[in-house]
Amino acid sequence: MTGRGAAGAVRLPSDRWQIWDTALWLVPVAVYFLFPGYLVLGSQVIITALFALSLDIVIGYAGITSLGHAAFFGLGAYTAGLLAAHGWGELLTGLVCAAVVAAVVGYLTSFLVVRGAALTQLMITLGVGLLLLEIANKATPWTGGANGLSDMTVDKLLGVFRFDLEGRTGYIYSLVVAFAAFVLVRRVVSSPFGLSLRAIREGAARMPALGAPVGRRLVAAFTFAAALAGIAGALLTQTAQVVGLEVLGLQRSATVLIMLVLGGTGRLYGAFIGAGLFMLIQDYFARRDPMYWQLWIGCLLVAVVLVGRGGILGIVDALRARWARRRAP
Amino acid sequence: MAAFITVLFDGVAYGSLLFVISVGMSVTLGLMRFINLAHGAFAMFGGYTACVLAERWGLSMFASLPVVLVGFAAAGAVLERVVYRWVSRTRPLDQVLLTIGIAFIATALAGILWGPDQRHLPRPEALDGQLHVLGVDLGVYRLFLIGMVVVITAALHVLIERTRFGAQLRAAVDRPDTGAGLGIPVNRVFTISFAIGSGLAAVGGVLGVEMLGLDHSFTFTYMVYFLLVVVVGGEGSIIGSAAAAIALGVFDVVGKYYFLSTGAFLIYALMVVLLLIFPHGLIRRGR
Repeated sequence: MTGRGAAGAVRLPSDRWQIWDTALWLVPVAVYFLFPGYLVLGSQVIITALFALSLDIVIGYAGITSLGHAAFFGLGAYTAGLLAAHGWGELLTGLVCAAVVAAVVGYLTSFLVVRGAALTQLMITLGVGLLLLEIANKATPWTGGANGLSDMTVDKLLGVFRFDLEGRTGYIYSLVVAFAAFVLVRRVVSSPFGLSLRAIREGAARMPALGAPVGRRLVAAFTFAAALAGIAGALLTQTAQVVGLEVLGLQRSATVLIMLVLGGTGRLYGAFIGAGLFMLIQDYFARRDPMYWQLWIGCLLVAVVLVGRGGILGIVDALRARWARRRAP
Repeated sequence: MAAFITVLFDGVAYGSLLFVISVGMSVTLGLMRFINLAHGAFAMFGGYTACVLAERWGLSMFASLPVVLVGFAAAGAVLERVVYRWVSRTRPLDQVLLTIGIAFIATALAGILWGPDQRHLPRPEALDGQLHVLGVDLGVYRLFLIGMVVVITAALHVLIERTRFGAQLRAAVDRPDTGAGLGIPVNRVFTISFAIGSGLAAVGGVLGVEMLGLDHSFTFTYMVYFLLVVVVGGEGSIIGSAAAAIALGVFDVVGKYYFLSTGAFLIYALMVVLLLIFPHGLIRRGR
């Protein structure tokens, strides 16, 4: 990623598009034409991948341990849901509102998060997540409590495209938003700001000596990630037109963490690959026997930690490095 | 007033139970700095084991306690040797992931072996009934729980602060390398500590079947509570953990009894506020 040029000058990581970037993004486009029966599942995969991408900023780049990221996903989901339920069914402004609400709460939370060690970070994120879940559970007149919020009407996308039962509009809408978010995140993590995040992750003690405000950088990263998670949540609400308490649950926070780790942290594409694989396998297995599915997920996690550090992309990287070494004279 | 004291008493008993289960984590998480989200699994399997012993062989709860204590201490030692040792020096995130994985496995195994229903454990007759003290009815079962906490707290406090093993443990935790250099068998000390903690958690699980309930999702249901006891209680402070557990129990029971509409909200709010005020726990061990 970061390398020294021929003259020895340190370069910023390049965010120029490679051929395999384009190839990877053609996959969801191909899915649209090849598997028209799976578009509802497909848009859920894309939304979850976007959510995992936002967690990657927190964990993979800022190095913050979070077990409550669903808080921001849920905030976005409920913001979009409440807007739609109260007559504001316009989609893009709904997304913006969701991002803003999630970002504000993320900003406030981040001050509690960045001052602690890993355990404190874990407990604060967990606590905030559970707190929001309890609020949503108890504020029945607003959120519908355990019954969820389903009485909403969303406008046509851009005033033209109606959400259809096959999920075609929802799929394209999610894909375009996720792609835009990805381009933005990719730009951010390869900027000097993103580089300083990585430096903080590797050695927070040294960064103040270089003049980098560690706390402020982490606050910014956490807020940015919260906003993205909010957008993902809002997308889910708008395409499914229903919100339930599970958008805020610990289960969701844990699952997205698993997907991200499975795909590989700190690599952006890990979020997409992890979410895609996880949800496809889940769709196949979980319906048959949820208990055994949980067992396999547990075993997989243990295996990833003990032998497969870096997840799928980590293994790919290791193989590529080995191949390159072998070819080098 | 009498009603309030009864509720308070319930809260103390509930907190006592939380303490017995999570005190092992106070050592592994508080002292050894190992984040173990699967700690509740020991309590859960301890509870299931007691249920099976009672159903198959008619063992009473009292008779199953030593069996469970020894059995799960051994299991804890094995798990520490085989799995946890490898991640104890790695990033906290790896520990979180590994132990979430183990919690998933435990939940699934319990579900596959015993189904999703709530389990019951017959209470020994000696623990039935009530005592009348100053016009207040106190359940014997709850008094017994509180008595257990006093005994365990005292025993662990003496073990850690007054014995040779305790000194070795504290030294091994603070400066593992120096400790090893001085001839302390650091790894063995850790294994024994982990075993004691696991055994106690399983005992707590047996005692708690009646009060906490027992089903396959136990590990995740109470995960936050156990974490909270340790984090609020402070780094490896036994007395701090006991205080935190009882405060938590009282707060939770009183909250659910008098402010039903807020539910668990109070506990989580309390947790965030306490962590804000005391980022290092209520009682900080001197270094």
